[in-house]
Amino acid sequence: MSKLESEGLAPASETFSGAGVALPVQRHHHYSLLTAHDKVLLALMVGIPLFVFVILIWITTLASIVLSFTDWQLIGNWHWVGLDNYTQMFTTYPFFWTAVRNNLLWLLFFLGFATPMGILLAVCLDRQLRGGWLYQTIFFTPVVLSLAVVGIIWNLQLSPLAGNGFIDSMLTGTGLVAPANAPNWLGESTPLFGLPFPFPPLGMISVLIVASWRHIGYIMVLYLAGLKSVDPALREAAAIDGANERQTFFHVVFPVMAPINRVIVVVTVIEALRAFDIVWILSHGKEPLQLLSTLIVSNALSESSLIGFGSAIAVFLLLVSLIPIIAYLTRVMRSED
Amino acid sequence: MTATTFAGRRTMAHTARRRASRIGLHVFLSVLAFIFAWPLIYVLYLSFRHYGEIVLNLNGPFSLPDNGLSSLSLDNYTYLINNADILSYFWNTVVITVPAVILTLFISSMVAFAISKYSWKFNLLVLMIFTAGNLLPPQVIVIPLVRLFYAIPLFPPLSDNGLLYDQTIGVILIHVTFQTGFCVFVLSNYMKTLPKELNEAAMMDGAGVWTIYSKVILPLCTPAVAALAVLESTWIYNDFFWSLFLFQSGPKRPITAALNNLNGTYFVDPTQLAALSVMAAIPTVLIYLLLQRFFVRGLTLGAAKG
Repeated sequence: MSKLESEGLAPASETFSGAGVALPVQRHHHYSLLTAHDKVLLALMVGIPLFVFVILIWITTLASIVLSFTDWQLIGNWHWVGLDNYTQMFTTYPFFWTAVRNNLLWLLFFLGFATPMGILLAVCLDRQLRGGWLYQTIFFTPVVLSLAVVGIIWNLQLSPLAGNGFIDSMLTGTGLVAPANAPNWLGESTPLFGLPFPFPPLGMISVLIVASWRHIGYIMVLYLAGLKSVDPALREAAAIDGANERQTFFHVVFPVMAPINRVIVVVTVIEALRAFDIVWILSHGKEPLQLLSTLIVSNALSESSLIGFGSAIAVFLLLVSLIPIIAYLTRVMRSED
Repeated sequence: MTATTFAGRRTMAHTARRRASRIGLHVFLSVLAFIFAWPLIYVLYLSFRHYGEIVLNLNGPFSLPDNGLSSLSLDNYTYLINNADILSYFWNTVVITVPAVILTLFISSMVAFAISKYSWKFNLLVLMIFTAGNLLPPQVIVIPLVRLFYAIPLFPPLSDNGLLYDQTIGVILIHVTFQTGFCVFVLSNYMKTLPKELNEAAMMDGAGVWTIYSKVILPLCTPAVAALAVLESTWIYNDFFWSLFLFQSGPKRPITAALNNLNGTYFVDPTQLAALSVMAAIPTVLIYLLLQRFFVRGLTLGAAKG
């Protein structure tokens, strides 16, 4: 509070005025307009929510770091174990690297397929097609569904259980595939006859397709809004110069959309790291299908209570997540200046 | 003369090409739209069928109703409503979502107002703290958060077990906190676009901070607040991560978490599961169809800056 008073509260407009010389006088002028009561009120308006936010989000983040250096398991004594959890995570715990691979795969699949697909749909729908709103509504509907619902809906497509999954029932029902050979779309086996570790299990590929089902519509809407804000004069100019639609998009529209493109890449990276629900629901606990986020929870909260070990995985996820978060914030900060 | 004909022919060829490309585009989009809609169409169809019919029929879910349309019914829905306590789970969702959305918008609009309308050394830092926190994967903080909720004492009527853990109020609290991060970001960007003269004029008229917030700035933010209300209602309704790990007991959980529990069990009638997921999907799909504009605006407001 004392800091607040000493700085004074002037309307934000002045920081943007850039009139360096006139500033101090102006500041003082407006400063006097705020009563002590107003200043206290403003401090409370920010202070109370900030306090709760810092405790629940940032202090718990720090607590994860502290817990990762312990062997706490909820019952019995706990000790400081230094980097033991991390050593175990990196060396003897086999599912950590599987999860890292799956997260990487998620990122590559989204950056290489789902996000470009969303952009492509946005570009198609931006052409004022008849019935365009209907396409847009259909493509976006999966985004508004709870992942719990998405999980059930896709389980009813992919489940290998006879009578439960549509795809296998169709394959065996029409006689295309013998019931014994019906693929387990949510299984751990690799589709190409047991290729070694780096190749993803079939279940992971299915999960990625389900995740894309939601991600494509999301990106489409973000990008469509960006496209609508592009100055039509630019396109007209390109058309007059004889550019076709493809050339116009890649050489005129896409470069103008640079800020949106960056946002979309960051959103994609963050989504790939935050992914949890779909895997949690569809993997049914199969280890080869896990992500870092689900490993944290299964180690520390659901199946066992390895608080220390789970926290070490959480810290790893935190450090990786900070890369896109900082990249994003740096952009925001730059546009503030 | 010849030049005009030539140009005319060129335009005709051009139009024909354009029309062909339009048709191609429609074919592409229709096929894709069908693939997108298929799982939804199927689950809706399945929800009206009878398990017995699917099992007896060798083709399983692929089969058509045997007795024509007569075998389709609302039986699964009536069964679930009468036997599975579905309405109480829906009520749990309402009890979490409504207060959480209102509190989130109230709190974040105050924070956004204070940091966007008054210059203060820490404005940017405060914005960073909220925005960055909102972008963190929730799994990074969930372990200590569960312990923290166990450690915070809370007394009746706020809590029936003396803790913040396993309480509706605890789940509301974490929703409000997490979502405030996003809403502060969106609303402060929005408020910065409002003309600064409004603030100054109100101050000259002797209006206090609270009056400026509630009578001048907040009414002008109605478009952004409405968009966020739609978006946040959907997100909080859809959540099941927090309710899975911050509730211990089943009866307090919202519909989404209850749904997930059922999904884990293997011996569930798929037609009932389908009906259940249709019921859980209806509120958000309805909100989306009715308020599509708000939805899209809310999402784009969040990404506009960058």
